This record gives sequence, structure tokens and C-alpha cells, in this order.
Amino acid sequence: MTDKFISIEAIAKRYPAKGGGETAVFENLWLSMNRGEFGCIIGHSGCGKTTVLNILAGLDEPSEGTVIVDGQAIEGTSLDRAVIFQGHALFPWRTVMGNVAFAVKSKWPKWSAERIKAHAQKFIQLVGLGGSEHKRPAELSGGMKQRVGIARALSITPKIMLMDEPFSALDALTRGTLQDEVRRICLETDQTTFMITHDVDEAIYLADKIFLMTNGPGAVLAEILENPLPRDRARIDLHRHPLYYPLRNHIVDFLVSRSKTFTTDVPDYDPRKVPVVKLALPEPVIATSAKSVPSAATASTQASA
Amino acid sequence: MTSSLRARAALMSVLILAVFLGTWHLATRGSGSVANLNPEYAKLLGATATQGKSAMPGPADVGAKLWEHIKSPFYDNGPNDKGLGIQLGYSIARVLLGYLLAVAVAIPLGFLIGMSPLMSKALDPFIQILKPISPLAWMPLALYTIKDSSISAIFVIFICAIWPMLLNTAFGVAAVRKEWINVARTLEVGTVRRAFTVILPAAAPTILTGMRISIGIAWLVIVAAEMLVGGTGIGYFVWNEWNNLSITNVIIAIFVIGLVGMILDQLLAQATRLVTFPE
Repeated sequence: MTDKFISIEAIAKRYPAKGGGETAVFENLWLSMNRGEFGCIIGHSGCGKTTVLNILAGLDEPSEGTVIVDGQAIEGTSLDRAVIFQGHALFPWRTVMGNVAFAVKSKWPKWSAERIKAHAQKFIQLVGLGGSEHKRPAELSGGMKQRVGIARALSITPKIMLMDEPFSALDALTRGTLQDEVRRICLETDQTTFMITHDVDEAIYLADKIFLMTNGPGAVLAEILENPLPRDRARIDLHRHPLYYPLRNHIVDFLVSRSKTFTTDVPDYDPRKVPVVKLALPEPVIATSAKSVPSAATASTQASA
Repeated sequence: MTSSLRARAALMSVLILAVFLGTWHLATRGSGSVANLNPEYAKLLGATATQGKSAMPGPADVGAKLWEHIKSPFYDNGPNDKGLGIQLGYSIARVLLGYLLAVAVAIPLGFLIGMSPLMSKALDPFIQILKPISPLAWMPLALYTIKDSSISAIFVIFICAIWPMLLNTAFGVAAVRKEWINVARTLEVGTVRRAFTVILPAAAPTILTGMRISIGIAWLVIVAAEMLVGGTGIGYFVWNEWNNLSITNVIIAIFVIGLVGMILDQLLAQATRLVTFPE
């Protein structure tokens, strides 16, 4: 219990429904993450993943429940929790430097202009935009804009970095490069990161823990999937790992079929004891025993809370 | 290609001007003596009757008169004979004073309306009723309460300039993108800093557009207002020259009113360009 860095406890989000009553996007949701972990929520549109992230950011309030970060219940937005927005959300009237410096000045209002500039410069270099400090967002490509967004979020050295489908608007090539960058930076700085995605490969490459959410309304956190791939994974040989395809198939199966039927399939679902799934290599199968079907998933239903 | 288009457009403009001036000249020139009249009677009748010359001055007359005004724009021979420059100065000063007062009220109030849905709804009926009132309809009320014709004219400018700025500011502030506000929120930016560093630059192009519309309306209204209040100003000059039956001076006044209006508009257009950001 003590080492839970982020703990989402029993949150619910309801909206008034047409013709009276309320629709719940999700009810009684529990989720936790450790310091330095990279967590990915994956699920279909409308399952409330963005709402979860917005609540975590403090931009939205849960109808019920609390979120505890580093031992404290959160109240509204905070400089401890940086958000990387889907549409980069840079100020178009400011330069790259101006955008990052704006965040730095917000965190340390008493710093001198030179100190702010030097600090911002460090993070602009970190995302590989040295030399473009004086460009305005309109002069940058989509990928570069998102880099500025990442630099802005990292520059305030947040406890948690929250990413809302940060790469979904980018082309595949740029997306790959930026995923590499984010992975490198997160490993280097031991950054706790929480990301929303609907890209299976992105989740596999980046995440330590993958949270699978069922379809909304009334979405639940179905499984916590621990990524079995080694921490120093590389994009080029990722798919050669023996657990890569079992993992990928598991997620795709969930998204394609189980995400729809989960709530009816598992009637005794306990939101406080979400099954943690660890994929392991299948036992070697003797060719003659045709009955034994190798099963990749060994679900160990440990309590996650 | 662009430069050649510009050159051709300039040439076309000059041609149109030449055709206009030519037609004007032909239409107003005299056609010589029309009748043999007693010279003394002819003198009484004037050139219109004796030479078939139009009462409307030709471009040459207007040009000559304009040159006179340009040579001495600031002479002052008493209340009814002041230089064109002095009259324009009075008008511009009144417009700027009323306009700046309107800016000082409209922009803060627009911010309030744009940021607070409550105030927006609460003030909406007042704005809807006050906005369509012709600014000159305020004149009697202003004269009665202020008891000073010059300040009344400034008030009329103020009341006509305020609405486009107010509505554009409110719209610009309310339409600031949610994600920019969210950035400010996640960075825990205070209300004042948010207003000046996020909302103001984001809404600035819309606000400046409103200011540009306002200055145009203010310049339209000042002429009418000065015709009513009299004394000084380009509007008074037009009316006074009409009473003098000096059509030449009326035409010159029309021309300079247009010129000054264009300059004011271009100044604001330039300012708008400065604050506009490419997306």
C-alpha cells in the first residue's frame, strides 16, 4: 500500500442523461501505479480514458472518489502533474523558447530571466530542438510541435507526466521517432508517466503496465497487463521476442471481442481486485499429445489494490 | 507575376481616375455665351446663365482651391473662416478622445463578459437594446445633461464606438481555445497572468478587428455630430460651406473626410497585422 505513487480510489464520472437520470461513464474505478512506472490505458473511444486522465490532471472532477498522488489527495490542477495534450496546445504567438519559458516561469516565478532561459534551453535540447528556439509553432512540423509540448511538460520537472494520445495526430514515421525519444527520456529521468492510447504497438513498446478498459458507458478496468518484454527493449527487434505476439494477440483479442462482453462474462468482477495478467512462455509441448493446447496467458488473480 | 499584376492594377486605377476627371470636366465646362444680354443684367445672372457654365465646379476649380487649402491649412480668420487643417484637427481630437474612452470601457467590460457566462447573460438584454440606437439619437439627451456641445459630440463618439469593440472583445475572450486555457490551468497560472499572457494575446486579433470597425463608425458619426453641434470641426465646415454656397469647398471636405478615414482605418489594420499570429 505504501509504495503506491498514484492511487485512483473508487472514482466515478456521471453525466446527466437525456430525460432525467444519469449516465455513468465509469463507476468505482480503482487503479494504482508505482513511482517511475510507465502506464498505458488502452480502450475504445468513449470508455472514459480521457476522463480518467483529466481527473488525474485536475482538469476534471470525479463525481465520486479521490485520487492520491505521492500520499496526498489531489485538488485541482498542479505543477506536479504535467499534461501533454493531444493537439500540442502550444501558444502560436510565442516562440519555441517562449512556450517552454512560460511553463518554467509558472513553476519558478522568482527566477531571473537568464535562469529561466537556461533551464528552458536544457529541455529544448533534450527533445532535440536546439537551433529552433526562435521559431514559432506555425513554422514547425507536427512532430516538432509535439516535441515542444514534451519539452514544456518536462521542463517543470513534474512528478507525473500525463499524455493524452500525444502521437495520434502524427504520421507513422514521426510517431516512431517520438516514441523512441519519449522512452529514452522517461528511462533517463525515471519519469512516472501515464498515457492514453488506442495504438496497441505503442502500448507494448512504451508501457510497463497496460490497463485494459472495457467499452463505455459503464466501463470498467478489466485487466492490468504487465509487460513481459525486457526494460531495455529496442524497436527493431521487439517483435522477435517470444512473448511479443502472445502479448499483442492478448491485447487485440481484448479490444476486438472481450472489451464488449467483459461485464457479462465476468459477473463477479471486483473493481478493487483487478486481475493482474502476466504472460509467460508456454510450456514446451510434446507433439504427440494433441489435446494439450499451449496457453500463453497465465492469469494470476492477485489483488491489485 | 504579382508585381506585374500590381503594376497593371495601378495603371488601371490611373485610367479610371483620368476618365472620371475628364467626364467631370466635360460635364461642368462652359459652352460659351448663350445669349446677348445687357452686360449689367448678365452680371446679375452670373456665369451660369451667360456662358452656359454649370454651377457645379469643375476639377480644375476644385484642384486650385485644394491647393490654396494645402498652402495655408491653419489660418484662423474668426469663427466662420478657419483653415481646413484646424477643422480636421478638431474632428480628429474629438474622435480620438471619444474613441479612447470607449476603448477604456469596452475592453475591460468585454473581458468580463467573455470570461463570465453569468455577466454575459445578465448584460445581454442591455447590449441588445442599446446597440442598435443611432448615436445621434443620444444627442439631445447629451446636450441636456452635459450642457456642452463639444463634450456632447465626444459622448456621441464614445457611445457609437463602444459596441463593436465590446462585442468583439467579449467574443474573442470567450472563444479562446479551451486547450490554451487548460495549459494555463495545469501550470497553475493566476487569473491576472492568465488574462494578460494567454487570453489577451489569443483574443487580440478579434479585439483589434472590433477596434477597427469602431474607428470607422466613429469617423462616420463625427461629421454628422459636428453638423448638429456646430462651431468647429470638419462636419461643421461642410455645413458652413453649404450655407456659403461654396460647392468647391464642400467637395474638398468630402475628399479629405475620405482621406482621413482611410488613414485611420489603415493604422488599425496595421496594428491588427502586428498582433495576428499564424496558426
